[in-house]
Amino acid sequence: MSIVLNAPPRRGTPRGATFEPVFEGLCFGAATALLVALGGVLVSLAIGGWPALSRFGLNFITGVTWDPNPDHEVYGAAGPIVGTLITSAAALAMALPVAGGVAFFLVELCPTFLRRPIGTAVELLAGIPSIVYGMWGLFVFAPFFAAHVETPLMSAAPPGSFWETLFSGIPNGSGMLAASIILAIMILPFMAATLRELLNTVPPQVRESAYGLGATTAEVVLSVTLPYIRRGAIGAVMLGLGRALGETMAVTFIIGNSHAFPKGLFDSGSTIASTIANEFNEASGLQSAALIALGLVLFVITFTVLALARLLLRTQVRA
Amino acid sequence: MTLAAPVLPAVSIADVDKSRVKIDVQHLDFYYGKSHALKDISIPFEANAVTALIGPSGCGKSTLLRTLNRMYALYPGQKATGHVIFDGEDILRPGVNLSMLRAKIGMVFQKPTPFPMSIFDNVAFGVRLYETLGRTQLAERVEESLRRAALWDEVKDKLPTSGLGLSGGQQQRLCVARCIAVRPEVLLLDEPTSALDPISSAKLEETVTQLKNDYTIVIVTHNLGQAARLSKYTGFMYLGELVEFGETAEMFTKPVTTRASDYITGRFG
Amino acid sequence: MAVSPSRIASRRAGNVLFVAFCVLVTFIALAALALILYSLVSQGVGGLNLNIFTKSTPAAGTPGGLINAIVGSILMSVAAMIIALTIGILAGTWLAEYAGESRFGSVVRFLNDVLLSAPSILIGLFVYEILVAPFKTFSGFAGSVALALLAAPVITRTTEDVLKLQPTALRESGVALGAPVWHVIRTILWRGSTSGILTGALLAFARISGETAPLLFTALNNQFFSWNMARPMASLPVVIFQDALTPYPDLNRLAWAGALLIAASVLAVTIIARAFSQEPRR
Repeated sequence: MSIVLNAPPRRGTPRGATFEPVFEGLCFGAATALLVALGGVLVSLAIGGWPALSRFGLNFITGVTWDPNPDHEVYGAAGPIVGTLITSAAALAMALPVAGGVAFFLVELCPTFLRRPIGTAVELLAGIPSIVYGMWGLFVFAPFFAAHVETPLMSAAPPGSFWETLFSGIPNGSGMLAASIILAIMILPFMAATLRELLNTVPPQVRESAYGLGATTAEVVLSVTLPYIRRGAIGAVMLGLGRALGETMAVTFIIGNSHAFPKGLFDSGSTIASTIANEFNEASGLQSAALIALGLVLFVITFTVLALARLLLRTQVRA
Repeated sequence: MTLAAPVLPAVSIADVDKSRVKIDVQHLDFYYGKSHALKDISIPFEANAVTALIGPSGCGKSTLLRTLNRMYALYPGQKATGHVIFDGEDILRPGVNLSMLRAKIGMVFQKPTPFPMSIFDNVAFGVRLYETLGRTQLAERVEESLRRAALWDEVKDKLPTSGLGLSGGQQQRLCVARCIAVRPEVLLLDEPTSALDPISSAKLEETVTQLKNDYTIVIVTHNLGQAARLSKYTGFMYLGELVEFGETAEMFTKPVTTRASDYITGRFG
Repeated sequence: MAVSPSRIASRRAGNVLFVAFCVLVTFIALAALALILYSLVSQGVGGLNLNIFTKSTPAAGTPGGLINAIVGSILMSVAAMIIALTIGILAGTWLAEYAGESRFGSVVRFLNDVLLSAPSILIGLFVYEILVAPFKTFSGFAGSVALALLAAPVITRTTEDVLKLQPTALRESGVALGAPVWHVIRTILWRGSTSGILTGALLAFARISGETAPLLFTALNNQFFSWNMARPMASLPVVIFQDALTPYPDLNRLAWAGALLIAASVLAVTIIARAFSQEPRR
């Protein structure tokens, strides 16, 4: 019948066929570039920090004296390293129960008409730049904290007691505890949003069958949904920890920036990130190297934490 | 008194006139990695006729279809050996220009796959790859293809709107139109109506009926009635093997093998 | 089986405690975050005036604005987004379309996820080492590269995720028409994923526009208005950081106004991104 209609056209190779391998090469190149970037961070930190690492050896990590005075330069980073670990751990300890409570509230308890607005608000707050939290900490939180928490506690502590040591420091509102609280507030929306997303992956049938057995909300959450998302939840926590460890701006404003080993909750301290942020532009020579080596330490810590977090999270959601 | 059960052959492949074969599959084996999905398949597909492939799920009929345009070559780890002779040329040979091959052998999938673009651009997509047509020529080609897919009257007033806005059945006929716009010689239909409601299925069958004298059509289907209505030949596959092949009218009335007989009478599958 | 009433009572009490805890912490968390937003707005609005958009950053005691920082931030973020979109879309496409189950693919995927949340200050140090130290000058360009390194993983990830949402049959039907794979990706898959990729890009943009740490050692700062990306360049976050740490109230006020500007634009971009992602896909 329609021979003419069907007459196959004379065909050459299709448009753009020669570009095929080029395109795949470009895509592959871009993927490799990301890999190279991460590798580059590691290598450049290792090279840049080598002078300090080789000169101080293990003392770089265990030493407590950080003295850039050119006459007797010595860099021991135990202060900032411990400061980083303590503030992050404290922030996590404070933020986790709250974030968990918020996530449970949103998924199990919240009236439906509030669920979306509150959920959205939490997610939006997770995106606010950390420098805003830092400024708030410096200008609003610190004066309040000094007047209403630090001073009363310090004066109430019996002299010579454990409490006096714990509450030692300068009651000016900045210090280890203040920085931890600001960090906790900063990672809170992020962790709550991730946990909520995880809780939403629990199939409704699982929860409903537990409710069907007569379990209370608390029992459902604690013994059914929480175990269900356990791996992912640990991953989310580690991701929050990773954020806290590497956070610069929220901490730098309020930690007091002293390299000494912190002695009390209200004592000034420093973190790796805050030390680098404060000193790098004025540093040269060995001090520069020491700061970059400090960056290498931070890289190793956060890489470990983040890698663990990703491995655990991968099976559930890609947060 | 007992009747002796007739002894049926295990395999039966009917002969066809070699001069009218468009695609001749010879001793085809197919592997997904280590799993052996097609075992020594030999089957001819007659030119300008419909051949149906039937069989229970997982029997390899879609796999066989996907070797005919070498779709499997997109995935490393999938491998075919043997010969698929298309117009005298073995398309399993390395060095075959796959894009050109696929332009000659069109394929319609189980679920409608309209591209995220206008109805017009959907149909023109393949044409623009190979031919430089003027505006009017291209418009004519699009109209002709849509007419042949029995979709023209339904979409002629909304060609510039998105193809995603059509109903499922219309989307599937759009995919047929998109295929024939490239002027292929063969059409591969992979369960084209399994995602459609009965009315849309009937319309699509009508479209296939209109095309069946001009194209070599291979259709994979779970719907035995559809195979009976549309095809001239039928191949019955089971566990990766071609068990029976012959004229549809014969196979559906007097199947030669036990398994085909059981399948067609609804005893399994 | 007997049900002991005391057991029921204790279970109920436990439940009440749990519910009360959840409600209470939610209230506390929302209150804390509301307080932050309140101070941001109340302190920031006071500092907003026309000078902000017409004058450059001042020395203490003289009137001034933030225009150099605003322009610097926009320039560097836009340049960063151009780099990040190029790398991110291509890399995401590779992961989704070409990598398959290959080992290299899973390594890239994994390390991209790590890079996604790597401390931004380390990215700053890295770019300092490769683009500032060798050229002996801080530059807006170095700042852009640092920001791009933060944005690219986000875009890579989103691109991969949305491409994987597209049905396999869609790819195959493009290929079945005789189209080269890259043509199918470009004209069908990318087009079908536009809103998803755009969402990712906006979220990445929101993230980098508030970043301070990676700019400290790359773009540094600049008291003066400048379009020159080869020289040091001001940015809102860095100006906020420096002005907030001075003892001068007028500079502090300027910092608050800047913080309000950043937070408002980040929120706006995030809301737009969410609107995009909620658009029905099909």
